[in-house]
Amino acid sequence: MSIIKIEDLTKVYNATQVPVHAVNGISLEFEQGEFAAIVGPSGSGKTTLLNMLGGLDDPTSGSISIDSQSINKLSANERIKFRLHNIGFIFQAYNLIPVLTAKENIEFIMELQKVPKAQREQRSKELLEAVGIPDKAHIRPRQLSGGQQQRVAVARALASKPKFILADEPTANLDSKSTEVLLDIMEKLNREENITFIFSTHDARVVKKARRVITIEDGQVKSDERK
Amino acid sequence: MILKIAWRNIWRNPTRSLVVIMAMFVGMLFGLFSSTFMTGWMQQRLNDGIETETSHIQLHHPQFKNTDDQNIYISQALEKREQILLLPGVNGVSERFKIQAMVASAETSTGIMVLGANPQQEKQVINLSEKIVAGDWFESQRRHSIVIGQKLAEKLKVRLRSKIVLRLQDADGNITGGAFRITGIFKTINTSFDEAYVWVQKNDLQKLTLLPADAAHEIAVHVENQEMQMQIVNKLTSLYPDLLTESWQDVSPELGYLTEVGNTYQYFLVIIILLALGFGIVNTMLMVVLERLRELGMLMAVGMNKRRIFTMIVLESIMLSIVGGFSGILGGIGLTEYLQIDGIDLSLWGEGLTEWGFAPIVFPMYDIPMVVTIAALVIITGIIASLYPAYKGLKLNPSEAIRVI
Repeated sequence: MSIIKIEDLTKVYNATQVPVHAVNGISLEFEQGEFAAIVGPSGSGKTTLLNMLGGLDDPTSGSISIDSQSINKLSANERIKFRLHNIGFIFQAYNLIPVLTAKENIEFIMELQKVPKAQREQRSKELLEAVGIPDKAHIRPRQLSGGQQQRVAVARALASKPKFILADEPTANLDSKSTEVLLDIMEKLNREENITFIFSTHDARVVKKARRVITIEDGQVKSDERK
Repeated sequence: MILKIAWRNIWRNPTRSLVVIMAMFVGMLFGLFSSTFMTGWMQQRLNDGIETETSHIQLHHPQFKNTDDQNIYISQALEKREQILLLPGVNGVSERFKIQAMVASAETSTGIMVLGANPQQEKQVINLSEKIVAGDWFESQRRHSIVIGQKLAEKLKVRLRSKIVLRLQDADGNITGGAFRITGIFKTINTSFDEAYVWVQKNDLQKLTLLPADAAHEIAVHVENQEMQMQIVNKLTSLYPDLLTESWQDVSPELGYLTEVGNTYQYFLVIIILLALGFGIVNTMLMVVLERLRELGMLMAVGMNKRRIFTMIVLESIMLSIVGGFSGILGGIGLTEYLQIDGIDLSLWGEGLTEWGFAPIVFPMYDIPMVVTIAALVIITGIIASLYPAYKGLKLNPSEAIRVI
């Protein structure tokens, strides 16, 4: 059953001057457990699509439903709440809170969800083990490598038990070894826990791992292949 | 967690934060100290004014102040004194004659106010006996003794044991006079007072003026506790409805204005300092928010609502204010405590100050309500200074903010 339904989605920038159709009438559906990559050249609309999928941006027209709930009709505050409980984010630049340790970064999301302290501690411990860095719990991001920071970001994205995770160029700032390790972790989580991952990427290694590759060009879907 | 994030965020750029903290520290230290200085100074003037000049409460015939007629007096003053002494909270009563006169020495003459009182009673209501710098306060009780101020002595070019002549009107309106020997010279911090008032024994003045022995122009009352003052004023008013009963605030309203001015000044100065420092905090917090646009966008993206982001920014500002402001307040208290030991010597400007009744050595003082109010103002400054930066942070579009390099 589809957990995400995108219908005729369009995003136009500079509508009154020189309109730019960043996303132009895209329709897609995603099911639980997908490991999908959205690929395309720079400026093709991948990140714009991902932002709208995550409720970070409003479409000009069209709709996005997640578990039958239309998210583009929600108010700003409702969307923030929706993201907190339903969507995990992994960013290209990691975007960890620099003044918190790895463990605190993971627990932060759960604290926003008002999860009790004991549960938060237990889950953050499990997640750090799942991403392979349990010994880095009390280290701040500044003292971690890029790959380790991104692993903390993955753990943070999983902390809220989201319906799906959106990863925008997660491997762009990593070396090849770190990329391999990270992709293995995400693939394992996808396989074992049926967590849905949707990537926006240029990285061929991500495309290779993905079981569905959606190619976008000039804001439109050019191809949608399942392996 | 938001508290933790806010506190740690302050120390992300320790140099910048320390500059703001030091500015708050210095501002509050001197803000508080100048308040304690002014409060102490005004309070000293007030205490000196009450204890040396007016006492707490005075009773007069209702027309006494509007006339020079000495026959406008309080009758049965001795009996009234005994009654007033029995009131709870009263620890001193003195009934006096109070007459305008001329005093003359061999060199010169001048107008003064003569107070004729029982010296022992007078000691209960004013502390002039402790201000004697030469001679004594009517110890010998010799007839025709007079105690004058040092400023008046200098003006008349007289000294202890000198003879001076008092000229005044008696009860029949005739000019009369008498020679008095200076047996005591006092010096207060108010040189105008020293120049204007002299004391003689009541029976000496009574014989000169031929006023009844149990009459008095003024009854001065000293209370144990200023907080009981109004209660006693009300009691006296109801006991003696034919007399005018006034507190020191009515007798000498300028003394009351002093404390009001002092209070207003202390808060006014602190508010001005905080206003100036507040702009510094606004500047710092704006830099903090604009530097962290991407981080704020990320926080919104992962589910931190705008209320929490607002709270986080406001908390950072409050914490900066508290660290700097409260340490400055503590420093100000410490400085006040230290300077309370010997006081601050303003003798360089002594002559000008004493003309107005101000002590040349100031003992700063503070009270808990003052400190608490200033601490609250520091927190309010932190809150207000954060509003605009927080507003800038909340206006962010998360998708754009995350893209900020």
